[in-house]
Amino acid sequence: MSPNTPSSSAGGAGSADSAAPRRNSKRPKYSKFTQQELPACKPILTPRWVISAFMLVSIVFIPIGVVSLFASRDVVEIIDRYETACIPDNFKNDKLAYIQSPGDKSCNRTITVKKLMKQPIYVYYQLDNFYQNHRRYVKSRSDSQLKDPSSENDVSSCKPEDVTQNGTSIVPCGLIAWSLFNDTYDFSLNNQQLPVNKKGISWKSDRDSKFGRDVFPKNFQNGTLRGGKLLDPTVPLSEQEDLIVWMRTAALPTFRKLYGKIERDLQPNEVIHVTLQNNYNTYSFNGKKKLVLSTTSWLGGKNDFLGIAYLTVGGLCFFLALSFTVVYLVKPSSEHIT
Amino acid sequence: MDSKSPLENLHSIEPAISSSSRRSNFSIQSKASGGNSIREVNFSDLGSKPVRYGSRGADSETYSMSQKEINDEDARLVYINDSEKTNERFEFAGNSIRTGKYSILTFLPRNLFEQFHRVAYVYFLVIAILNQLPQLAVFGRGASIMPLAFVLLITAVKDAYEDYRRHRSDKIENNRLASVLVNDQFQQKKWKNIQVGEVIKIHANETIPCDMALLSTSDPTGVAYVQTINLDGESNLKTRYAKQETLLKIPEKEKVTGLIKCEKPNRNIYGFQANMEIDGKRLSLGPSNIILRGCELKNTAWVVGVAVYAGRETKAMLNSSGAPSKRSRLESQMNLEIIFLSLFLIALCTVVSVCAAVWLRHHRDELDYLPFYRRKDFSDPDEDEKDYNYYGWGMEIFFTFLMAVIVFQIMIPISLYISMELVRVGQAYFMIRDTEMYDESSNSRFQCRALNINEDLGQIKYVFSDKTGTLTENKMEFQCASIWGVDYSGGKVTSQEQHDGYFVQEDGKVLRPKMKVKTDPELLQFARRGKETKESSHVHDFFLALAACNTIVPLIVETSDPTVKLIDYQGESPDEQALVYAAAAYGFMLIERTSGHIVIDIQGERQRFNVLGMHEFDSDRKRMSVILGFPDKSVKIFVKGADTSMFSVIDRSYNMNVLRTTEAHLYSYSSLGLRTLVVGMRELSTSEFEEWHSAFEAASTALMGRAALLRKVASNIENNLYVLGASAIEDKLQRGVPEAIESLRTAGIKVWVLTGDKQETAISIGYSSKLLTSKMTQIIINSNSKDSCRKSLEDAIIMSKKLTTISGATNSTGGTSGVDLTPVALIIDGTSLVYILDSELEEMLFQLACNCSVVLCCRVAPLQKAGIVALVKNRTSDMTLAIGDGANDVSMIQMADVGVGISGQEGRQAVMASDFAMGQFRFLVPLLLVHGHWNYQRMGYMILYNFYRNAVFVLVLFWYVLFTCFTLTTAINEWSSVLYSVIYTSVPTIVVGILDKDLSRRMLLNYPQLYGAGQRQECYNRRLFWITMIDTLWQSAVVFFIPLLAYWGSTIDAPSIGDLWTLAVVILVNLHLAMDVIRWNWITHAAIWGSIIATCICIIVIDALPSLVGYWAIFEIAKTGLFWLCLLAIIVAALIPRFVVKVLYQLYTPCDVQIAREAEKFPSQMTSGAVELEMNAILDPPRR
Repeated sequence: MSPNTPSSSAGGAGSADSAAPRRNSKRPKYSKFTQQELPACKPILTPRWVISAFMLVSIVFIPIGVVSLFASRDVVEIIDRYETACIPDNFKNDKLAYIQSPGDKSCNRTITVKKLMKQPIYVYYQLDNFYQNHRRYVKSRSDSQLKDPSSENDVSSCKPEDVTQNGTSIVPCGLIAWSLFNDTYDFSLNNQQLPVNKKGISWKSDRDSKFGRDVFPKNFQNGTLRGGKLLDPTVPLSEQEDLIVWMRTAALPTFRKLYGKIERDLQPNEVIHVTLQNNYNTYSFNGKKKLVLSTTSWLGGKNDFLGIAYLTVGGLCFFLALSFTVVYLVKPSSEHIT
Repeated sequence: MDSKSPLENLHSIEPAISSSSRRSNFSIQSKASGGNSIREVNFSDLGSKPVRYGSRGADSETYSMSQKEINDEDARLVYINDSEKTNERFEFAGNSIRTGKYSILTFLPRNLFEQFHRVAYVYFLVIAILNQLPQLAVFGRGASIMPLAFVLLITAVKDAYEDYRRHRSDKIENNRLASVLVNDQFQQKKWKNIQVGEVIKIHANETIPCDMALLSTSDPTGVAYVQTINLDGESNLKTRYAKQETLLKIPEKEKVTGLIKCEKPNRNIYGFQANMEIDGKRLSLGPSNIILRGCELKNTAWVVGVAVYAGRETKAMLNSSGAPSKRSRLESQMNLEIIFLSLFLIALCTVVSVCAAVWLRHHRDELDYLPFYRRKDFSDPDEDEKDYNYYGWGMEIFFTFLMAVIVFQIMIPISLYISMELVRVGQAYFMIRDTEMYDESSNSRFQCRALNINEDLGQIKYVFSDKTGTLTENKMEFQCASIWGVDYSGGKVTSQEQHDGYFVQEDGKVLRPKMKVKTDPELLQFARRGKETKESSHVHDFFLALAACNTIVPLIVETSDPTVKLIDYQGESPDEQALVYAAAAYGFMLIERTSGHIVIDIQGERQRFNVLGMHEFDSDRKRMSVILGFPDKSVKIFVKGADTSMFSVIDRSYNMNVLRTTEAHLYSYSSLGLRTLVVGMRELSTSEFEEWHSAFEAASTALMGRAALLRKVASNIENNLYVLGASAIEDKLQRGVPEAIESLRTAGIKVWVLTGDKQETAISIGYSSKLLTSKMTQIIINSNSKDSCRKSLEDAIIMSKKLTTISGATNSTGGTSGVDLTPVALIIDGTSLVYILDSELEEMLFQLACNCSVVLCCRVAPLQKAGIVALVKNRTSDMTLAIGDGANDVSMIQMADVGVGISGQEGRQAVMASDFAMGQFRFLVPLLLVHGHWNYQRMGYMILYNFYRNAVFVLVLFWYVLFTCFTLTTAINEWSSVLYSVIYTSVPTIVVGILDKDLSRRMLLNYPQLYGAGQRQECYNRRLFWITMIDTLWQSAVVFFIPLLAYWGSTIDAPSIGDLWTLAVVILVNLHLAMDVIRWNWITHAAIWGSIIATCICIIVIDALPSLVGYWAIFEIAKTGLFWLCLLAIIVAALIPRFVVKVLYQLYTPCDVQIAREAEKFPSQMTSGAVELEMNAILDPPRR
């Protein structure tokens, strides 16, 4: 044999080496997952299925719609718009001047109860066209300052109502607190004071966790321009429920805020006299002010919309179910589906 | 494609020597291939001419550069055995490698820099920065930075881990040992300390640490064998040579000094250019004189070489680059829709700012005192009342616009890009793990090299396939021979079971070839008889030629049985291997080959022949020859080559009859699909030999133009041959190819075969692979000039039109079977293509090809393959796929929209250039029909869904803005808007994008026409986009206005209604997805319901933070019935229109996929014929 023999056998050994790892098969391990064969359910829209789905929706929706509509109709609501009526005749052309002028701005309104109103009767004030969701407005508050007396000077987000002229912080700071609603209502029925409970009108969670028990109003409404209600500096913020309610800014430009609760039934045809202080300036932006007395149902206030919406959707689905049934019976175009 | 690429440079491929010629023929000059690169082509350099390593004579190389001196500026000077001097002037790289990208210090900046190359991240960043401006601060700092930071962090952790692994493997690599000459002794040295100029000794089976020029080897003639499997994947041995002049030097004893002047490091693994000055002589070094890092030394006891390139400058390291990057069709379409979305975003922002402008103008007198605006700052009465946070009307509008962009930013679904990447990774995982695409024989899984174009696999219209190695196995098997005009192809199966083939005894051991070859008993008789008769002497010469005229290296391999050894024939050309095995089977066993002689065992008698000269195969001559000195001192030249090239050098006067019959046999062989080679020989007279010898010596020592000179010498001697006969080799079809082609065709994919083989072979393979059927009319175009091309094209177009219209008519009237193809097949050869491609005839060819159901191109050169792909790609919007296995397919693979490489016998170049790689052609069927279909459907749906998902949220925000004085307040908590596309809704779409299946694998394979869904773009198109957008508008309106009207004039506060909106949107989009999910497995369930639950948890957590405005809101509002009724109403009302449309569509105009789904669900009620009938007819003329 040639001198190559040893080396060729070495070469042979080498290739045997290289053959060894080949035995480690790279065959992918079989599993239902890797082969994408996991057990699965494959729903298919068969006519039967579709029709039953529509029927189901209509069966659920129509009763809900009826119930909601009834609930909404059960709510008794008295709305009294007073922002124009409470301006004396001589100021009718310059409402702004009236509201900015000092002095008593009390105004008397009478409300007739149409239907029996069961307690509790909620007293709201409703503002229209007031953008509590305006970006400048919602940002102008300091949550840490409301909670914690040590963060009193955390007022950077409150401009321009952050500090007084001498540089001390305003508590509570910011536009929201500054513009606190300050109309007041006094109700009397048959010349008797009708008590309005103003306790517990705010969320408990807010009183407990957002507004501090040891935070007291400071330098509030001391500036040149008064925005709204004054706060009693001896009462901690957690008990200033009007403020707490006001500071839960409304989502929409037309909103109600809870003023208090009347905890007795009002009989039909009873006449309530309201003495209100028309202090709050909505005249600068043509805002409306309304006083609302309302009962509630399980669905909240008076609003027919949801009931109508449910009835519409339910009716539509019923109609669709019906037409699909008819079409399916008359012209089963794809007979392979059962 | 570079249209000016010199086609003249390309030589059409000879079929017979195909395998070797395929690579050798790839003689695109570097320049041409540079121009050829269309994308970022990493492998263009590989296109340059590879070298065959044969005898020492042919080691020169052919670059035009070799003619001239290497410029001193372009050269690197390596002083042999003097690494100090070598490295004193230039800092050559050391041999330590660093594939890790980062070090601890550079990680952060570099990683961030690389991550911000993505447009998506830049968009995120710009928005986040805008948000930091105090005037624009829509979101809090944390909320705006968090998502970007999260994504960056995840990517950074992933990168860091990968880099750590690279560092670790670098460390192992750098600390390997090699023996290096230090102070005249070989000492062990770590790889990382090796420097350029050092002399290194490598022993058998060691890996080579750096690129080295060979000085000497254990072989007296200076031969060394290396295996380059790590470099190019080819497992056969390659021969390298040490220069004669350095061969005898022993570095330990005498100091070797010299200077190597070589070219700068480059990535061309088949090229090397250098001069070596040693002992005052100047030698030129070529690619056959270096061994490259990563190769292994085999079959050679040791070699000594000098390091010329080290570390990162080695060719192996320069070539280690990633996969090519392409962009999928779906993504490009999607980008157009994203432009629409951007316009929509701008429109929204404009609406908001215009409204804001009007509002500000209208209320300009009230702004100072408005309790919710308070423009004037009254806090300091001393100063004049100044504006607070108000920059004038114009600026306020501008700020409003920018803030709107920030708030509505997710209108552009940037998260979609990230989700798409994740989905593609998931899809790739499943494709790789598919057991149906695992190739047992090569032990290779499917490979996903490009991660960007998974969904393109579902839209392929044209498949361009190579033949050899792609349709066929590229395992050559000798079938029959025609010797001296006699055809030996009769009854060969008879006796092969009984005997184990030919073997020889050696020292009591049995030596037999590794592969058995079927033999023809008659021919075996002749071969055994020796030179008794005239016939048997021709047979003798024929087999001698087969055994000798090649570059095969025999390796003797031990087996488990100690008495049996196997001879393994290693060579670069499978054809040659087949021929040598055949010769061995007939008793002409090649035992040993060195550069100077060969030993052949002829019928048990060992004979030694001197190899006096060898002329390598080259693509000009298309043949090779060897000059043998016989023991009886006679000298003969044996030549084998492709028929065309052989018949031109055969002495036609000698024996016309033999020539004619051989030609006839050749024709019949190639019509059987066999690859043919012609063998010829001639005895050389002494004077002739002397003349040749001196010419050969002169040529092989020439410094300039050596290759051309050698070629000339070869051509001079290779003439006046007489023909011995012809061999026929079968290249078997791969398993499942006919079925695969059938499936692809049924799926409406046009299969074009582009091959270097000759026409007859190609046609016969066409028949055996069912590409061609007897029903088809063949149009054959073989032209030698432009005019005749034009004429035949014109005729062909007329003819094909006639045929297609007739068949179309029959199709429409009596089309009972869906599979009624337009039976026209176009067969065109490379010569004609030379005149057609890059000229005005292209258009005609395209028209013609469109009318044909099959196109076969034979004898095409690599660049022509790319040209044909470009022909289709540039004229249609249809997707093209190219599949091939060899280096000659690289250009085609890179040109096509999707390139698939077959990891087969011919190295890895095709794989390296491809987007997907697999082991067998038939895997194309599951790849396209199953995975392609799924991927396309999933991705198409996912894009639409993501558009919808983001737009619906943005629109809800937008509607609210209209009720806030256009001041971009959001009722939805800022954290919720940030988490919306990160947590609330991202997982289900990704899971569905990875896991949903519209149809089962079985169904897709049974009804290939279902693939048409992708071709017709059913899952994603402009119409669907607009329908989705209208649906989005409706859904967002429902989500917004139901709570708005239900809560109008109530005590609702912003965070509470915001929570309602958030929850409603999230549940809605998840249920919308749930409505469209086709297959519900537990993962889908977990993802969808889990997302809704996760959203609830997130909202609860956010609302439990007392520092936020919305503290406790969700608990307060969830106590009310109104909340739940709103939620229910929203979801039902929002989904009804979509549901109705979907039902109507599915019941009354079902698509193929829908029909198949129903058939799958209710198999009993439908026969398969009915299913097919209802689907779109196959090869339905594409809907335009």
